[in-house]
Amino acid sequence: MVEGAEKKQKKDKAKLPKHLELRRDYVTCGDKLNYNVHTFTAANVFGAMGVDNSWDLEQFKEDFQIVVNKLDKEVMEFDMIGVDPAIANALRRILIAEVPTMAIEHVFVINNTSIIQDEVLAHRLGLVPLLLPPHLFDLKVAEEAPSEKNTVVFKLDITCRRKADGSMDNDKVTSGMLEWLPGGSELPDETACRFAAGQAHLFADPGAGPKPRAVHDDILLAKLRPGQTIQLEAHATKGSGKEHAKWSPVATAWYRLQPVVHLLKDVPADSDVGRELMATCPGLFVADKGGMTQATNARGHEMVLEKLRRLLEQERFSSAVAYRRKKDHFIFTIESSGVLPPQELLAQALEILRDKAQNLMEKL
Amino acid sequence: MDSEATDFFAATFSIEEEDHTLANSLRFFLNKNPHVAFCGYSMPHPSEELVNLRVQTTGQITAMQAVKAACEDVKQVCSHMRSSLAAAVAQYQQEEQAREQKKR
Repeated sequence: MVEGAEKKQKKDKAKLPKHLELRRDYVTCGDKLNYNVHTFTAANVFGAMGVDNSWDLEQFKEDFQIVVNKLDKEVMEFDMIGVDPAIANALRRILIAEVPTMAIEHVFVINNTSIIQDEVLAHRLGLVPLLLPPHLFDLKVAEEAPSEKNTVVFKLDITCRRKADGSMDNDKVTSGMLEWLPGGSELPDETACRFAAGQAHLFADPGAGPKPRAVHDDILLAKLRPGQTIQLEAHATKGSGKEHAKWSPVATAWYRLQPVVHLLKDVPADSDVGRELMATCPGLFVADKGGMTQATNARGHEMVLEKLRRLLEQERFSSAVAYRRKKDHFIFTIESSGVLPPQELLAQALEILRDKAQNLMEKL
Repeated sequence: MDSEATDFFAATFSIEEEDHTLANSLRFFLNKNPHVAFCGYSMPHPSEELVNLRVQTTGQITAMQAVKAACEDVKQVCSHMRSSLAAAVAQYQQEEQAREQKKR
């Protein structure tokens, strides 16, 4: 009984008048610029109305929602509702720059008689995404010696030959030709990389995951002609996107706000305004049974939303149609480069944000 | 930090090795705190990883307590988002399986 009374109390809390709620919750998209873009974060901003805007964790937990729209090995699209742009942007920045992965950092060239210069080839090798679980390895500082705990060694040994029938063998060097050396470097004196024990045991278990290789086998690294050779050893280390984009685990990650199209007044479907709306934005505006124009879900018709914006330049349309975006509804897309599945990337990003706050709290 | 510095009601925190990622999130939660009168952050120079976070409270809590509460809020929000994410992914995968079975 007491709980019921409490819930009723919450619902009876003072609510904002409609026009202020509109300003707080929606970005109004005008013809030339967008209005009401900022979020109202201060606790006392609506103090004069008697509405409390301070942080309420229980309210957040009630309002917060994640709805996954699409999820496969590389791409995840989901809706995140009830969160502020500060958090959404923090997650986007962490996904791009601070989730660690492994990428080739040092390339020791033994022989390169191709026309691709050493440094260009090394740059291309660095950008190849590697299928290596980053949690198995430690970060390597510059002064530290490479060991099996922080380095993974790959070898590339290709020579192009002309076959008996005139065609060429090995004329394209692709990322699938990178061989993993579980025992470590084959030139320990030159590379200063000595493994105390091999790394084969890390991947020996059938459940441990695939053996280290490039994520995609068909990335073209160099082209050779008969007689040309590339022999090199590549050392991969752990890093984050902050240092170099090759360590970024996402092809990219971005978000946009949920669009909402709303008719402000009744527009008959056979009037000038109605007909032009339906002609310029097919599918977004349809005629309903009563003969009035109706706006359908803006989400499926993004292609015509900019045409609607152009129409809003005229007063007869801007008084009839409102094109808005909901401020706390983010449509997030994460495109992974293949190293980790996107839901795993998001979980790690949340973990990293949590750790940053924890670190700061400890230092205070 | 020495003990006398922790009693102020207005303080500027210079945080090293941080950028807009954490600073903006902290600023958001600090603003939502009803006992904080003013809160803002700035980066003196983009090449240097340094953030100045300014907090002025109404006097009911110290600036230190306000920042600690904001950090705690960030942690709680992250934990809640993680559990929601796990539930949402599990639900999507269940629905995928149901769709696959229907196709067959």
